[in-house]
Amino acid sequence: MAVRKLNPTMIFRLVAGLLILGAIAVAGCALKDYPQSTLHPHSDYANSIQRLLETLVFWVVIIFVLVEGALIWTVLRFRSRPGAPDPKPVHGNTALEVAWTIAPALILAFVAVPTVLTIFKTQAKAPAGALEVKVIGHQWWWEFQYPEFGITTGSELHVPVGRPVAISLETADVIHSFWFPIVGGKRDVIPSRVNHMWFTADSVGEFPGQCAELCGVSHANMRMRLFVQTPADFQAWTAAQQAPPVEPDSTSLAGKGKQVFLEVGCVACHTIQGVSPGILGPNLTHVATRTTIAGSIYPNDTEHLSKWIANPQERKPGATMLNLGLNPDQIAAVVAYLQTLK
Amino acid sequence: MAVADIAAHAAPHDEHPTSTGLNSRKLVFWAFLGSECMFFGSLIATYLVYRGRDQVGPHPHDIFAIPFTSFSAFVLLMSSLTMVLALAAIQRGNQRSGAIWLAATALLGMTFVGGQCYEFTEFFYKGLTLQTNLFGCTFFVLTGFHGTHVTVGVIWLWTLFTLAVRGKLPKEKSLDVEIAGLYWHFVDVVWIAIFTLVYLIQ
Amino acid sequence: MATTTAPVSAAAHAPSESATGLWSWLTTVDHKRIGALYGVTAFIFFLIGGLEAMMMRIQLAKPENTFVSPDVFNQLFTMHGTTMIFLAIMPLSASFFNFLIPLMIGARDVAFPRLNAFSYWVFLFGAIFLNLSFFLGGAPDTGWFGYSNLTSSQFSPGHGVDFWAIGLQILGIASLAAGFNFIITIVNMRAPGMKLMRMPVFVWMTLVTSFLIIFAFPVITVALVFLLFDRFTGTNFYAPAAGADPVLWQHLFWLFGHPEVYILILPAMGIVSEVLPTFSRKPLFGYPVVVYSGIFIGFMGWGVWSHHMFSVGLGPIADSFFALTTMLIAIPTGVKIFNWIATMWGGRLELKTAMLFAIGFISMFIMGGLSGFMHASPPADLQQTDTYFVVAHIHYVLFGGSMLGIFAGLYYWFPKMTGRLMNEGLGKVHFWLTIIAMNVTFFPMHFVGLLGMPRRVYTYAPHMGFDTMNMWSTIGVFGIALSLLVFMWNFLSSSRGGAPAGPNPWGGATLEWAIPSPPPPYNFGTVPTVHSLDPLWAKDGADLARTTNQVRGHIHMPPSSIWPLVGALGMTLMMSGMIFGWWVGIPGLVLMLIAFYSWAFEPCH
Repeated sequence: MAVRKLNPTMIFRLVAGLLILGAIAVAGCALKDYPQSTLHPHSDYANSIQRLLETLVFWVVIIFVLVEGALIWTVLRFRSRPGAPDPKPVHGNTALEVAWTIAPALILAFVAVPTVLTIFKTQAKAPAGALEVKVIGHQWWWEFQYPEFGITTGSELHVPVGRPVAISLETADVIHSFWFPIVGGKRDVIPSRVNHMWFTADSVGEFPGQCAELCGVSHANMRMRLFVQTPADFQAWTAAQQAPPVEPDSTSLAGKGKQVFLEVGCVACHTIQGVSPGILGPNLTHVATRTTIAGSIYPNDTEHLSKWIANPQERKPGATMLNLGLNPDQIAAVVAYLQTLK
Repeated sequence: MAVADIAAHAAPHDEHPTSTGLNSRKLVFWAFLGSECMFFGSLIATYLVYRGRDQVGPHPHDIFAIPFTSFSAFVLLMSSLTMVLALAAIQRGNQRSGAIWLAATALLGMTFVGGQCYEFTEFFYKGLTLQTNLFGCTFFVLTGFHGTHVTVGVIWLWTLFTLAVRGKLPKEKSLDVEIAGLYWHFVDVVWIAIFTLVYLIQ
Repeated sequence: MATTTAPVSAAAHAPSESATGLWSWLTTVDHKRIGALYGVTAFIFFLIGGLEAMMMRIQLAKPENTFVSPDVFNQLFTMHGTTMIFLAIMPLSASFFNFLIPLMIGARDVAFPRLNAFSYWVFLFGAIFLNLSFFLGGAPDTGWFGYSNLTSSQFSPGHGVDFWAIGLQILGIASLAAGFNFIITIVNMRAPGMKLMRMPVFVWMTLVTSFLIIFAFPVITVALVFLLFDRFTGTNFYAPAAGADPVLWQHLFWLFGHPEVYILILPAMGIVSEVLPTFSRKPLFGYPVVVYSGIFIGFMGWGVWSHHMFSVGLGPIADSFFALTTMLIAIPTGVKIFNWIATMWGGRLELKTAMLFAIGFISMFIMGGLSGFMHASPPADLQQTDTYFVVAHIHYVLFGGSMLGIFAGLYYWFPKMTGRLMNEGLGKVHFWLTIIAMNVTFFPMHFVGLLGMPRRVYTYAPHMGFDTMNMWSTIGVFGIALSLLVFMWNFLSSSRGGAPAGPNPWGGATLEWAIPSPPPPYNFGTVPTVHSLDPLWAKDGADLARTTNQVRGHIHMPPSSIWPLVGALGMTLMMSGMIFGWWVGIPGLVLMLIAFYSWAFEPCH
């Protein structure tokens, strides 16, 4: 008997508890606690999605409460009691059934119209004058090219606040998916296709993103960062990126590092403007200006750079960068050289 | 296409009256052919989607010999006619005549398969292999699967022929021939679709 | 068939009730035994899939955990998805089809009993073959929908993807054979008077599911054929370098994959539609509407596949079209839910375990349906797809939906299958543990997904705010494991020592409750004549139950046969020869041909 009495109340408590938990989880979260959140839009595109999501959540919560409520109330109200009479055998009610076919159809209309409008709005052509960025997905890092400035960089995307950014998406190998939740929805990066998306970021800051389509063993390590900068900061950044790389003093450790870089084979995969032409790995012309390395999973400092060069596969499973078997002195020299490339 | 075999040789456990009045084996074969439509539909759709996306030749118009393929198509169409005659003979209880028409159908089917082998060899010497381009893989896999179906049909027909010759295909077993006929006509119809969509409309 | 036309004595072939021993199981063509084989096998694979899930949850319990390596993690989620869909839920549904369909329509067996045995053995061998990959160089690791071109030999050089593709082909044959069998059984083997609109809803849903199977599986067969050609012969079906479009795979896969989703949920909806009326003591509300909405869902399942592909960038027109068709499916789904609630309304609800699971099904399925409704809207989906939000959705639909429905069915028909009652107390413990644990596991996934955690990642950084919710999910999965232990204990102890059930312990209305529990091999002594939708609740219900159990004269039953097993084994060996070599493939082919010819010419009268 105790179990039977508990059933309905427990269902009710469970649902109420879950709803409250959910409300706290959404309302209580700040972007600093959840940096990759889809619920904290910072662009026109992400805002359009957010408004649509609010409409959806509004209806979903109403339907949820009404239908689960009706279900639970029915269970409570009509649960078997001793001596209750046999129920009347009702086979159906046409009017009622027509009503509950039409009601969801009406709600659908309330959701379908804004959905279609948002689809066409967010998938429209990018406005003229947008900053063009070509994104190329690699196993397992992101390459960013700015044709307007002749810049190529990796894993860290810089855009100015307030100016539309038109992204074109390609891949060097398998399907990836480009996703900075803060500026909008994800878009797949597909071999033999070029995909497009655009957004206008509306606030300055640093935001994480990552690949969202399974792309192999280190899919989880294919991360990236977005730097939304003031127009002045962005201009300064592009100017620095356009400058030729720093030439180290040939007697210094960095100079020795450049020699190692040229001799052991790094040049086969990495570009340093005026030094090496490789294109399989990230462009290192200004690698020292980046905050992270290895697909944005480690901070760009001496310790992590050294460990990375010493054994890439140990630091990132499946990494395609070769372990060239450098000795500690060579590693220290190469790290010193890379750190001069500001 | 093992499912074809299974369905074809499924237990004749259906002499009881059925809900629809239709024989269960015949009905399951119709369902099987519906399923096969999705199979060939997907293959043909892929061929059509990839048409014209090749980066290297040979292209269809470089190697198709329409007169030759029209002749094989005609042969296959004729085999449907002989199949109808075979069934009619068995249904009349004339096993001798039935055996002759079954053999004729099987021989026409073998002629078609032989023609396909010849055609594939020709294409191979003209530089089209499975690996050459998208046309190569979509064409060979589509027509290859069709050819396999014809081959299975031929084996099936010779099996029935053997039964008929030994006098084990009386009137009461005409359903065995009828179902083989359904399969045979289906394979024929699929070829008409392939011939039209792949060979004629380029 | 070979030598004589004289009828063989029917009695000679009627299997005796006491036929036991291993051989009787290997050669059985009795739909009830095959149903039991399906159920036990599928449940074992359900446990294996659950074990894979537990290992993943342990890995994700905290950020940057090192419980399993990334490539093992990728194998785990690929095999978890593949196992739960193809080796657990589909065959568990098939177990109910097998056991119940002939009983519910008043038949003595399915239309093609040996084909039925063949389905089971192909399923078993295919499932074993797929899982062998763990020990032979690594399981598949490209996700359960194996997107091309990650599955190419260039990017997946091992044999994992080969095991996956060949395994799915083998399993597809099992599903197709079962699909054909149940369509014909339902269309052609109904008892006199059982018109289509007098069939129980479960029978209807089985029919719709079977049609979905026979039309959907050829599509994935073709997609897998292309993949195997690419991998084994170097063709270019999915090779971008030759101008191919890897998105072709996605279209073919989801053209199969979305009907597949309904293949997974419609049987559970059918089960619930049987359980609710019985324990409400009231006929199903709006039976025709429930049937038609099931058929409509089946049809619409063919027009929504690209909603799995919104992030591909198919253009605003395609996105809008597929968004609208997807939303349209919400209508028949909603109608079903309203009809179920209306069935209970005004009833006298007996909250037995089966009924609790049926109510739990509705409650959890509402949640899964609503989260699905949220990503029917492409812009919202672009933030949600490939995140844990989708993982939450699929588990509310497949665990909260399909699995709770299957448990409802198990508790409901256990007395029919074993002749004994399951322990209600343990059953209720199982139910409440399941409901609480599944919500602890899957509910936080909605939020961790909306807060930006992608699916299929083996690790995540500590400062992302994913930690707490992932820990909850991991704790929850142990609760689910505990609930399953309770269930297994209950199942095993009740099947030995449960109270005798009698023919109709719940007062059900459908034909299977008219005959003894467990049913005799021939099911019905006399095939009943049906006059209404709820035959046992009708005025002449007691008469029907009495007359249908009277045996008059010989009952012809199909003889048992070993050839389905041999044929299934040969076919599996033949196809696995693609990996192991001709010395396995050729003997397999020969074995298969011998079995099929022996089968075709085996006397069965």
